[in-house]
Amino acid sequence: MTNTISIRANGLTKKFGTFVATDHITFEVYAGEIFGFLGANGAGKTTAMRMLCGLLEPTSGEASVAGYDVYREAESIKKNIGYMSQKFSLYEDLTIQENIRFFGGIYGLSYEGIRQKGNQLLADLGLQSKAKALVGDLPLGWKQKLAFSVAVLHDPKIVFLDEPTGGVDPVTRRQFWDLIYQAAARGVTIFVTTHYMDEAEYCDRVSVMVDGRMDALDSPQNLKEQFGVNSIEEVFYRLARGAQRAD
Amino acid sequence: MNATIKILLVQMKAFITKEFYHVFRDRKSLLLLFGLPIAQILLFGFALTNEIKNTKIAVYDQAGDRASKRLIQRVEASKYFEVAAMLHNPAEIEGHFKSGQARLVLVIPAQFEADLARQQEPTLQIITDGSDPNTANTITNYLNNIIQDFQTDQKGNLQVRPEVRIVPVMRMLYNPQLKGAPNFVPGVMSLVLLLICVMMTSISIVREKELGTMEVLLVSPFEPILVILSKAIPYLVLSLVNLTLILVLSVVLLEMPINGSLLLLFGISTIYIITSLSLGLLISSVTDSQQAAMLLSLMGMMLPTMLFTGFMFPIENMPIPLQVISHVVPARYYYVIVKAIMIKGLGLSAIWKETAILVGMTIFLLVVSWRKFKIRLE
Ligand SMILES: Nc1ncnc2c1ncn2[C@@H]1O[C@H](COP(=O)(O)OP(=O)(O)O)[C@@H](O)[C@H]1O
Ligand SMILES: [Mg+2]
Repeated sequence: MTNTISIRANGLTKKFGTFVATDHITFEVYAGEIFGFLGANGAGKTTAMRMLCGLLEPTSGEASVAGYDVYREAESIKKNIGYMSQKFSLYEDLTIQENIRFFGGIYGLSYEGIRQKGNQLLADLGLQSKAKALVGDLPLGWKQKLAFSVAVLHDPKIVFLDEPTGGVDPVTRRQFWDLIYQAAARGVTIFVTTHYMDEAEYCDRVSVMVDGRMDALDSPQNLKEQFGVNSIEEVFYRLARGAQRAD
Repeated sequence: MNATIKILLVQMKAFITKEFYHVFRDRKSLLLLFGLPIAQILLFGFALTNEIKNTKIAVYDQAGDRASKRLIQRVEASKYFEVAAMLHNPAEIEGHFKSGQARLVLVIPAQFEADLARQQEPTLQIITDGSDPNTANTITNYLNNIIQDFQTDQKGNLQVRPEVRIVPVMRMLYNPQLKGAPNFVPGVMSLVLLLICVMMTSISIVREKELGTMEVLLVSPFEPILVILSKAIPYLVLSLVNLTLILVLSVVLLEMPINGSLLLLFGISTIYIITSLSLGLLISSVTDSQQAAMLLSLMGMMLPTMLFTGFMFPIENMPIPLQVISHVVPARYYYVIVKAIMIKGLGLSAIWKETAILVGMTIFLLVVSWRKFKIRLE
């Protein structure tokens, strides 16, 4: 982890009509950091992430990703990021290999690059023998690991993960986080949203979103000390007690 | 620059390949793609054979004697014909074709019985509508057979050998019912190509929205315009395959002629397909579920096309407001063009006006649907 700033947001706000989904959030994410975005359903995590990825135009505020402005340079941002959407990000009616070829292709890799990185990916996940299996036939945990590996296939500087481990057991979640650590070790900045409190402990720093606001931001250790509690879960409940949104 | 183009080609190839996988692995798409045209053509083939039973004819009996009555009875007794009207002067012939009351007129000469008795070889005239030559030929042949039988019977009655000369006359007449392969096939082409293109594109785009993969595509460095182009190319190719299928079936099963240039037919069909693809794109940008896209495609496309193309209901007979609306239906122009090329064998010089309108509509729809396509999510 360095002090180079990878993502910067300043008063970033998104309104849907009069409803403020993301309310003046301000933060910085450093290169190589694992940055957790914690919040209940409806807190505004996805909305914030979509603005950073260039999928949604902010209502007000400023933000830059990999040094590019979200308003004017969305196309440059896209060349530098990987993204795993909240819904599943792969094609279930395509095989593992076909998915790799497709995403490698649209991420701008050469045929040689697709072949090499694809083989590497299959080897890392131990999926060589399953290369021709339809993704729809894989267990959910495997799908998620594969989706993550595909999202970083093109060596992006930053990868955005929107609740990447939804619906799987803690053991599989732990395996997924191993992949995240490996990517972080290669210098990839990780921006991850979650509503699992145990996952917050794995992050370098976590922010807690309540009703669109960012109510806390620090390392898990500091947060626990600051609130005088033993787990992030308790930090979260302290903060979320005043929440209005039940989504 | 060269490297950029190389990347673009890899990207597009990856995308197009993926689209083909989607189509060929989805039973519903395959059914829509190949089932629809085959069903339409077969349905029509069935309707056509049905039609030859009980064909309505009119008889202009100038003789009014016993022999002519026997002949008429015989015709009436056959399951193929129904004598719908007896005419009293030749001026009525045209009117009966026009109103659709008769598809064939049998003219029996004066002194029919006497001529037969004297072996004068009376001449029977069979008038049919040449704007539908296949049906005209078929019903003429059926009637010929009946007349032959009639002659054979006469031999027994009169103990002489009467010869009846039969002169079939095919007249190009206005066909107000607009039935028959020559009208139906271009109609099926306009409808099937439109439906397939609109449904396939809109559903395939909306599906990616539903699944969440559209977000991933929009976040990828692949340009949105190329997303659209790569979505369009597979469906363009499949639609051309489809067009070929419809043409082959029509020629083989329905004996539909293709009198004009095949190249011109495919060229203009490509324009029409692009029009339909952009309509599909437009629908995909205003809907969020596959069901909605499907419904909108069916209701929004099928009804106006069937109503306003003119292959089911003549536009000339519609109330003026509907006639006005029909001018904005692309299928109307395509239908006219296809008929001109396939049946009349005309070239571009005869259909440039319709072609220009179609091209104009295509450009307009492309621009509108491109602008509506959301590069960002709402
Ligand atoms: N396109 C939209 N239009 C209107 N409201 C929206 C839209 N997207 C999200 N919202 C609302 O904004 C709030 C935050 O949503 P979201 O960012 O998805 O929360 P999270 O990801 O934290 O669960 C929710 O109340 C949601 O209903
Ligand atoms: Mg969310």
